[in-house]
Amino acid sequence: MERALPEVSHEWGETMLKVNDLVVDYGYVHAVKGIDLEVNQGEIITLIGANGAGKTTTLKAISNLIKKSSGSITFQGEDLTNMSPHKIVEHGICHVPEGRLIFPDLTVKENLMTGTFGNKKLSGTEKDELLEEMFEWFPRLKERMNQLGGTLSGGEQQMLAIARGLMMNPQIIMMDEPSLGLAPIIVEEIFELIEKIRESGKTVLLIEQNASMALNIADRAYVLENGRVTLSGTGKELLDDPKVQAAYLGT
Amino acid sequence: MMYKMDANVKKAIMLVTVIMMCMLPHILSKSIMTIVCSIMGYLIIAGALNVINGYSGQMCFGIAGFYCVGAYTMAILMNTFHVSFWIGIIPSGLFAAIIGALIAIPTLKMKGMFMAMITIGFSEVMRLIALNWTSVTGGTMGIKGLKAPMFFGLKTSGASRYYYIYLATVLLFLFSTDRVIHSRIGRAWMAIREDDMAAKSLGISLNLYKIINFMYGAFWAGIAGALLAPYKTYIDSAYFTLDEGFNILSMVIIGGQGTLAGPFIGVTVYQFLVEGLRFAGVWRYIACAILIIAMMWLRPQGLAGNSESVLAGKKNRSRSFIKLPEVFSLDRTFGTRRLGKANIG
Repeated sequence: MERALPEVSHEWGETMLKVNDLVVDYGYVHAVKGIDLEVNQGEIITLIGANGAGKTTTLKAISNLIKKSSGSITFQGEDLTNMSPHKIVEHGICHVPEGRLIFPDLTVKENLMTGTFGNKKLSGTEKDELLEEMFEWFPRLKERMNQLGGTLSGGEQQMLAIARGLMMNPQIIMMDEPSLGLAPIIVEEIFELIEKIRESGKTVLLIEQNASMALNIADRAYVLENGRVTLSGTGKELLDDPKVQAAYLGT
Repeated sequence: MMYKMDANVKKAIMLVTVIMMCMLPHILSKSIMTIVCSIMGYLIIAGALNVINGYSGQMCFGIAGFYCVGAYTMAILMNTFHVSFWIGIIPSGLFAAIIGALIAIPTLKMKGMFMAMITIGFSEVMRLIALNWTSVTGGTMGIKGLKAPMFFGLKTSGASRYYYIYLATVLLFLFSTDRVIHSRIGRAWMAIREDDMAAKSLGISLNLYKIINFMYGAFWAGIAGALLAPYKTYIDSAYFTLDEGFNILSMVIIGGQGTLAGPFIGVTVYQFLVEGLRFAGVWRYIACAILIIAMMWLRPQGLAGNSESVLAGKKNRSRSFIKLPEVFSLDRTFGTRRLGKANIG
């Protein structure tokens, strides 16, 4: 489990995504009460926190799937705050939603091809190359290429959802609880995959309930509680933090 | 592995089919050709409805409204403005498409049952306008004296000849729809049908593609109407009742929503059933009702909707997990899927 973290990992690359004082309300419920985040190029950032802490809401607000009450979001110097979701995707921000949400009545290949939608610059051959690359990363999807998405197992569906997101060749991939409801061995596979994605030069913003695994691979992490960031630091710092240990790691 | 037909074999089969279709008027009697013509007409409009209901999963029950718009546009263009059929056909389709956009834009946020109610209302409004706007549409008298178009000096009146116009349009419809379905746009529609949230997160603009979808369906429904007017030589609002809309919907459901072959099979089965049981008078529609109930029970995905079906041909695409009456399931009908969980955190 223990993995040596690159010493200066949080200093490499420049700021890619910046969330400033984000507030989101669901009617009278204040889900997110002013969150500041920073994601640098090439990092794995994770947000951990209990149910209802505002993790998913933050992510949805970044890709503008829900309405923000206030705050701003900038990506590579550009203001995304009031941009419509499909425009945000065109900037190279990929959101792998919670609960997988693959298309059950489309085949695996059709699912993947749908993923290319957000990137208009991809040519036909580039799409084929990406497809090949995905099949290399996920050999199991290749076996099931012509099977319907709904017939896959939970782990395979999650892999399909991630692969579908990667098909648009994004700069940053935001994953919402990729380990949700999966067997521990599959979870390990998924986490190995996330590191692989980072090695391929993409930035990862990860939401996890499985705090110990997430902190192990994360360069930096934020702990969310009741819609606020209560702690932040490198993955290792947080792993050693007694408060985090008590609340999330159960040791 | 998936069984793939050799492309050349496929082309040869298609060519033979088209040639055989061209020969039909010389083989079949005139009365059968009348049925074939109505099948062709329904095929276009059922296909158009299938694009809306089957591919993007919106619930349009008011396809007869677009049918009506297309037919009246054609009839008015021909009778009042003396425009040739060949020139009038495109504006008829386009006008229906514009009406389609006007319906789609205010209903963008609607789903399921609510969408269905709006479109039912729209269909009736169109029919009532046709019935009451006497100065333009002839009111209850309808528009009569429409002439079958001339094709290089050949008169195309009568089912055996008009059939060729239908055939050409059907082929054009199938070709263009096949291309659209396998393009970016088609993928966007299917993604919206399967899961709108996921579609959104993949960067698909729901509004834009829903409007395009409605316009495309309405365009072909308008074309179907435009073809109907000179074929029947007379139209009035009674052709475009809600019943007609529901008949078309049942054809799509029987055939299988979301497949290109579905409407073709559905229309053929439905028309031959209705015509074959003509001796039973109006009671023959009971057979249709029973067929629909049986279909809902046994094959909710429609005759062409499944892999195990002989008609669908793709053996390894098992769609058997599709739950019972999909069209009438609570999720789809009331759009409750996302109401239950407000996702916080």
